[in-house]
Amino acid sequence: MELDLKRQLQINACKARMGVIEGTFSAQSGHPGGSLSITDVLTYLYFVEMNVNPQEPKWENRDRFVLSKGHTAPALYSVLALRGFFSFEEIKTLRKSDSMLQGHPSMHMTPGIDMSTGSLGQGISVAVGMALGAKLANKDYRVYTALGDGEIQEGQVWEAAMFASAKGLDNLVAVIDNNNLQIDGTLEEVNSPYPIPEKFEAFGWNVIKIDGHDFDSIDSAFKDAKQIKGKPTAIIAKSVKGKGVSFMENNGSWHGKATNSEQYEQAMNELKNTLSELEA
Amino acid sequence: MAEVIKAATRDGYGDALLELGKTNDKVVVMDADLAGATKTGVFKKAYPDKFFNAGIAEGNLMGVAAGLSLSGYTVFASSFAMFAAGRAFEQVRNSIGYPHLNVKVAATHAGISVGEDGASHQCCEDIALMRTIPGMVIINPADDVEAKAATIAASEYDGPVYLRFGRLAVPRIFDQNTYKFEWGKGKKIRDGIDVTIVATGLMVNEALTAAEMLEVEGVSARVINIHTIKPLDKDIIMEAAYETGAIVTAEEHNVIGGLGGAVSELVCEKFPVPVLKVGVNDTFGRSGPAKELLGIYGLDCKHIAEKAKQAIAFKIVPQIKN
Repeated sequence: MELDLKRQLQINACKARMGVIEGTFSAQSGHPGGSLSITDVLTYLYFVEMNVNPQEPKWENRDRFVLSKGHTAPALYSVLALRGFFSFEEIKTLRKSDSMLQGHPSMHMTPGIDMSTGSLGQGISVAVGMALGAKLANKDYRVYTALGDGEIQEGQVWEAAMFASAKGLDNLVAVIDNNNLQIDGTLEEVNSPYPIPEKFEAFGWNVIKIDGHDFDSIDSAFKDAKQIKGKPTAIIAKSVKGKGVSFMENNGSWHGKATNSEQYEQAMNELKNTLSELEA
Repeated sequence: MAEVIKAATRDGYGDALLELGKTNDKVVVMDADLAGATKTGVFKKAYPDKFFNAGIAEGNLMGVAAGLSLSGYTVFASSFAMFAAGRAFEQVRNSIGYPHLNVKVAATHAGISVGEDGASHQCCEDIALMRTIPGMVIINPADDVEAKAATIAASEYDGPVYLRFGRLAVPRIFDQNTYKFEWGKGKKIRDGIDVTIVATGLMVNEALTAAEMLEVEGVSARVINIHTIKPLDKDIIMEAAYETGAIVTAEEHNVIGGLGGAVSELVCEKFPVPVLKVGVNDTFGRSGPAKELLGIYGLDCKHIAEKAKQAIAFKIVPQIKN
């Protein structure tokens, strides 16, 4: 990947992380941990991979994205705002009763949201349906979805995985955000879904393992996925919950908790420092 | 006397799908390994490219149907009522109802008349479940003619619809040459002044028979067919409350939360008159021939007629009559 592009993506991702902290602080609720772990993938999707038009969010031939791990909406909202779907200032209204930014994505309230999600396990099925619809209509748009690693404990994920490979949906990519933490502990402590790559392979998927915070790694995975014919691709993205904010990293307690004023200042200062280093 | 034609409402559904395959290229049909029983198999045979089988996975069925609708298709997603409305309730609620997508959840084998399969497959809770989803339309046709017309009407409506069909062949009530389905409208199919029987599904035919039985005893019973349970035709129900002063509801569903619930909720708030319910009395079913079970659970004309007389006896204040 070109260094300039990589740098720009890192800058955008850092700004998106600031949006995550800003939004959840303003709401005094929400899910910063998993938002920060998926931020780089979402940044890549909306700034490189996906064919979308912020001026025409419902454009018929756009690529689609479904945030199956809907609770990490703050990351998606921040990326959509940076991409120009709406003003970044909106982030401060997150979860407020008059806001367009719901706690979990709502397709009729927020420009750029392709499907309402929030109940885990359901988004991937809808993404599968969209990919099937594209094939049926002979459209060449692609469909992307992101799932949490805990989310794949939902049986519906595997119903969808079975169906997608049975129908040969090579226009579908599912990213598994493998930060290894869920509400009640590590994945192993709660109910281990490991080994994840082998499970998707057994369900007939093309599987690519990446570092979910390395844009080179993300870039090559999505490029490889496009070359695969006849099967859907699962990208298992090893990630760090809370990535980019020192005291949140690999700390499960930040799954669904907002910062207090002091923590907010510290988090924002860290991200501002990262940003100025990137922009230097 | 003309011979009574018998057909299941699911047959009307299959007929409609076949017609839609010809007339509407946006119609796509899905099933969950029950295509023969739900009658989507008829469509599958004629239009294999527009049919998708999710296999025995109703949650995914609803999600994929939602995704297809987001690609511009009008999707009919079928399974038995128990699994479509029961198993996949939350998928219908969150992936179809909340985003108000153009998916028709077409459920067959509703109610006790499933028969021999027994309680695990006799869904008497689906209307109640589906009624609580904001924006969900619920249609429960009385015969195969109405079922066919309702299915075609549902395809012309942009939004989520729950279509409720039965397994059992029931007497055809309506003339397929003249029947017109009116979206959201109840229909007075027999006039009367002493009591109104508000019926849905296979209970409509029983209600008509009950009205005839009552007439012999000098009781004039009105019969209203409610195919669209939500949104409910409030005008026709309130007119019945004002004019006849007593109502009996009849449905092949739990007495909790179905048509009886909907009518009671309305009448209680606007003009309270007795509303007595004929339905499955908050109990599970059992195995047996469908006809026998309908009798055992009180889902017949005899029971409706008894309830009608009780309802009349409950009138405690003079009612407004014509």
